[in-house]
Amino acid sequence: MGPADVPSLPRGVRRHFDRVRDTPVLLGPERVLMLDQIGCAVLDHVDGQASIDQISDTLAGLYDAEKSEIMADVIAYLGDLADKRLLDVRP
Amino acid sequence: MTNAPLAMLAELTHRCPLACPYCSNPQELTAKDRELSTEQWADIFEQAAGLGVLQLHLSGGEPASRRDIVELVAAARDAGLYTNLITSGIGLTPRRLQALEDAGLDHIQLSVQGVNARIADRIGGYKGGFERKMHVADHIAQMGFPLTLNAVMHRENLDDLEATIEMAVRLGARRIEVACVQFQGWALSNRAALQPSRDQVDAAKRIVRAATERLRGTLVIDFVPPDYYSDFPKACMNGWGSTGVNITPDGTVLPCHAAETIPGLTFARVTEQPLRDIWYDSRAFNAYRGTDWLPDLCQSCERRDIDFGGCRCQAMAVLGDPSATDPVCRKSPDRAALDALLVQEVSTVDAPDFIYRKL
Repeated sequence: MGPADVPSLPRGVRRHFDRVRDTPVLLGPERVLMLDQIGCAVLDHVDGQASIDQISDTLAGLYDAEKSEIMADVIAYLGDLADKRLLDVRP
Repeated sequence: MTNAPLAMLAELTHRCPLACPYCSNPQELTAKDRELSTEQWADIFEQAAGLGVLQLHLSGGEPASRRDIVELVAAARDAGLYTNLITSGIGLTPRRLQALEDAGLDHIQLSVQGVNARIADRIGGYKGGFERKMHVADHIAQMGFPLTLNAVMHRENLDDLEATIEMAVRLGARRIEVACVQFQGWALSNRAALQPSRDQVDAAKRIVRAATERLRGTLVIDFVPPDYYSDFPKACMNGWGSTGVNITPDGTVLPCHAAETIPGLTFARVTEQPLRDIWYDSRAFNAYRGTDWLPDLCQSCERRDIDFGGCRCQAMAVLGDPSATDPVCRKSPDRAALDALLVQEVSTVDAPDFIYRKL
C-alpha cells in the first residue's frame, strides 16, 4: 500500500456501535473488530475518495503530529485490514 | 464473569434439498410443523441484539427452504445484526437474491460439496445440484454480494483442495473456509467413510500454507484441521457458553449444535423463557462454562485457557463422558482410544457407503 492508494470499506464490511459493550466495532464476515480511538480516527477518513497521503495529511493536522509517522501507522493499520479482506484498495 | 454472546447460529429449518452425510444437524431432525414462525424469529433476533449478539448466521438445513427468508433477513437487520446467510444456494433464484439484497443481507456463505458435478452431486445426494449451485454463484458474483465459500473437506474430496481454492478465486469469493469434517451429527455415523488419511492431511496443510501466502489480499483462507490428527484439542465454541449460541428450528437454545448429545442436560426453549435468562442462568449453559469444572489434567495444564479442555460433545462421543478431557489431547490417557479408532477406520481399503442425512 502506498501514498497514492485509495482505501475503501467493501460491501459486507461496516461500522457499528455496540451498545451492550459500549464500543465501536467493525463488522465483516465472521469478524468483529473492536475499534479503538486510532482505528476510529483512521476509518473516519476512509471514504473511497481520499488517498493514504490525503488521510495522513488530515490526521497529521488534527493530531499535530509528523505526517511521516502518521502515514506509517495508517499504512500498517489499513494494510492489516486489507490482508483480512476487510478493506479494498485501489491505486 | 460471564460474557455476553457475540454470535448466534439460527437453524431456521431442518428441511434441505441436499442430504450431505456430514451434516452438522442432529440425527433426530425437527419437522416443519414444529418450526418457529416469522414473528417468533423476529422476537429472538431482537432479544439476541439486546443481549449483545452482533453476528447472526441464518442457517438450517437450507434456510432458503423457508418461504419467509426475506422477511427474516429484514427482521434481523432491523434488530441491528450483521446478517449472514449460510446456504447451499438451491432455491435462491435471481429474484430472491435481489429481494435479499434489498432486505439488507450482509453476506452469503455458500457451501461447496465438490469441484465438479460428479463428486458434488454424489456427496450432496442431489442430482443436478452442482450445476444449479454454479448458476447461483455466478449470479451472486454479478451482484457483487460479499461471498465466502464453505468447503467441507474429507477423505473423498481432500485431494481436490487446490482446485477448491481455485474455485473460490474464480467465483470472486473473498474468503474460503476449508473446513475438515468434525465428527458430530451425521458425520459421526459416517466417520469411517469421511476420515482422511494422514498423507491427505499433511498435503492439505502444505497446500493451505502456500495458498495463504500466494493469495494474500485476494482470498482469506480459514482452515479447520481434522482434529483427530491434531496434538491438542480445538477450543470448541471458544469455550462452552462463552461467545456463541445456537437456536434449533423449534426454538431450543443450545451452547453448540451438538449439545443435545450430552445426556442429563435439559435445554430450554426461547418460546418459554427469555434468551437472557437461558444464556446467563440455565444449568445447561453453566455446566461447562469457564474452567472450574475441568478435570485435574486440564486444571494444571498450560493450555487450560487456550482450549478449555476441548470439545464436550467429542468427549461424549468417543469416551461416553462429557466431562473428560477431549481425547484428541495427547496428554489425555484416552488418546490411545482415538488413535485406535483412526488406525482401524483409515486402514480400510474401501470406505463404507454413506448414510445420507434424511428427515
